[in-house]
Amino acid sequence: MSCNCKNEPRQELENYLENGNKTESDLIPILQKAQEIYGWLPPEVLSLISEKTGIKPAKIMGVVTFYAQFRTKPVGKNLILLCQGTACHVNGSADIESAVKGELNTEEGEMTEDGLFTYNNVACLGCCSLSPVMMIGDKTYGKLTKESTVRVLNEVAKGVKA
Amino acid sequence: MRVTVGLGSCGIAAGADKVFNLLNKELEDFTPCGASAVTGCIGMCYLEPIVNIDDDVYVKVDEEGAYELVKLLKGQKNNALSYKASAQDIELLASQTRIALKNCGVINPESIDEYVLKDGYKAAEKCLKNMNFEQVIEEIKTSGLAGRGGAGFPTWFKWNAARNSVGSEEKYIICNADEGDPGAFMDRAILEGDPHAVLEGMLIAAFAIGANEGIIYVRAEYPLAIIRLEKAISQARQKGFLGKNIFGSDFNFDIRIKAGAGAFVCGEETALIASLEGGRGMPRLKPPFPAQKGFKGKPTNINNVETFANVPWIIRNGGEAFAAIGTENSKGTKVFALTGKIAKGGLVEVPMGWTIKDVVFGVGGGIQNNKSFKAVQMGGPSGGCIPAVLENVTIDYKSLAETGAIMGSGGMVVMDDTTCMVDMARFFLDFTCKESCGKCTHCRVGNRRLLEILERICGGGGKDNDIELLEELSEEIKAGSLCALGQTAPNPVLTTLKYFKNEYEDHILNKKCTAHSCKPLLTYRIIPEKCTGCTLCARKCPANAITGTVKTPHVIDSEKCVKCGDCVKLCKFDAIVTT
Ligand SMILES: Cc1cc2nc3c(=O)[nH]c(=O)nc-3n(C[C@H](O)[C@H](O)[C@H](O)COP(=O)(O)O)c2cc1C
Ligand code: FES
Repeated sequence: MSCNCKNEPRQELENYLENGNKTESDLIPILQKAQEIYGWLPPEVLSLISEKTGIKPAKIMGVVTFYAQFRTKPVGKNLILLCQGTACHVNGSADIESAVKGELNTEEGEMTEDGLFTYNNVACLGCCSLSPVMMIGDKTYGKLTKESTVRVLNEVAKGVKA
Repeated sequence: MRVTVGLGSCGIAAGADKVFNLLNKELEDFTPCGASAVTGCIGMCYLEPIVNIDDDVYVKVDEEGAYELVKLLKGQKNNALSYKASAQDIELLASQTRIALKNCGVINPESIDEYVLKDGYKAAEKCLKNMNFEQVIEEIKTSGLAGRGGAGFPTWFKWNAARNSVGSEEKYIICNADEGDPGAFMDRAILEGDPHAVLEGMLIAAFAIGANEGIIYVRAEYPLAIIRLEKAISQARQKGFLGKNIFGSDFNFDIRIKAGAGAFVCGEETALIASLEGGRGMPRLKPPFPAQKGFKGKPTNINNVETFANVPWIIRNGGEAFAAIGTENSKGTKVFALTGKIAKGGLVEVPMGWTIKDVVFGVGGGIQNNKSFKAVQMGGPSGGCIPAVLENVTIDYKSLAETGAIMGSGGMVVMDDTTCMVDMARFFLDFTCKESCGKCTHCRVGNRRLLEILERICGGGGKDNDIELLEELSEEIKAGSLCALGQTAPNPVLTTLKYFKNEYEDHILNKKCTAHSCKPLLTYRIIPEKCTGCTLCARKCPANAITGTVKTPHVIDSEKCVKCGDCVKLCKFDAIVTT
């Protein structure tokens, strides 16, 4: 998968990198910024960061692969964060995952064919009292059942197409 | 008249933002109260969305409820009473002792003025104007405050060590808001509901150790907390509570936020520092402790969010007042996140010395659907399960440690008889395996082997000597890991083995899961007397394992059955059972 880095996002990132003296201790915020711009971290972008800051590519990759937040694959328009924390586990989050998998016909971290969704398992979204919980974009859905999960996915998919 | 809506992340997920917008639209030009204000989470998550009108509390307010409240306010005929919180729920709230959560759900977290009206920043002013650093540390020592992040280390001792650390003028204060325990949200609620209390606590700590810079390391999954903290910091700067010459003294202090990037191990202090410095968050050997060599190699003091939130109260009311609450060796209160199979889930703050039973059956309202209480998991993946027979154990660092569990940071996941304890141990091991940084072989490989054994047992492949193997391996992992992540990872296994050995034996020897939770160990059966032959299950079965003709009892072919459990949920006649 190649990245369709248009000039604009690249410009935005370059401006950010050139603003102030960015050093190794800024690496995590830099990667967070890059991912905010691109949605994920394409190899070209990592090279650009290395070039502009002088941080070694190996060091950058080390950090990218260490933290769960950083993605080295493109994501769908809607990122689903499926909670697998303790409270959600006790209240049946495994069933919710199988519903999501079945409905989207995809595996964790993989984009659906239509590019609409990617789902990731996460540990605790901090809304344990509403477990099981998932987040799509910045919206949280609680007290999920298999049925309500499928309903939400359909609504979101429709909303995007409309 | 004042109308407020609880808008923590949990409230918003329950639909409180819709209610808030609706009230604002309707009340905008209504002079007696005007638009409604935001508050954080009061802790009664099971009743959300919650709206307060002066001292009256309205719960489970949906859009319809919001319209009823508008009618009530405007003096029209209404049905608002049916949304009013029950006297019992109000009593449960009143039965708690609130120090760290004092302002949560009460004040508007986005308004520094409301915090100041609640004696906010008075404690910091008192320290900077009338006390020296020794007196501040002494007051904290008198209070007996211990770290709320998990380890329970005396706070004054850490402050004193950082203060006495010589050789550097540059020192740092770090607030650990990485809240990694999956199933706990105390720190999130404090940051979202009362961010200034944390800033004030940090300011006091900075004065005590002589630091001029503070950093709050916040978990990436808490975007709302970050927004509220940013607002709070900028307001505090405007008021001169952060910045140069605070309260006219020669003391300077400022705070910045650093968002984590999703790694549980970064909650460990040396890993947190490595992460702040831009690297992989891997723990290192201690000593040197952060108090000697921390961020950028300088003396650094790290405390948890709740620890900091207690500090202003202690300075205002005196260390002795705090020490008067609690037990011989655990002072003050503790915030718990009650979740799982609890009837009244949410946040509670209770004095140390209450029993587990007081919490679960008192403020927690007992178990959902009147099922029986089986165990409570405390301390998350580093902690352990405390069985129902020990419900009279008191909440106290020492008594909890004696059970094999720990106080932890405040997660309390309540389990009933449908929770399988072997599966719980498997769940936590799965978590620690994913989160191990990989530095120590015992943690990286040993925990994976532990997980594999547990997976095998849950999958029906348990072998005779598995229990001995689990115990032996657990001890080795504890001995062979550098940081507390590895050292404590086997705790969920060891405590479940200690209290629920029979469940392990059932899985291994009889291939049975008494909680009916491990699907590979279940067989599904239709009770012919109950089956009406409605054909629903046969039509919906994904494996075509159910056969039968209309109006005659159906049967399940156990060879074909994939044990998804869908039929049990579908059946309207409770005719399908698992054995
Ligand atoms: C794996 C691991 C994860 C931790 N996670 C947290 C955390 O999320 N929040 C926290 O305050 N402390 C956490 N701690 C404890 C910290 O290392 C440290 O003890 C604490 O922040 C000190 O603050 P306190 O003395 O106020 O409790 C963790 C420790 C370990 C070993
Ligand atoms: S465990 Fe799922 S939100 Fe906390």
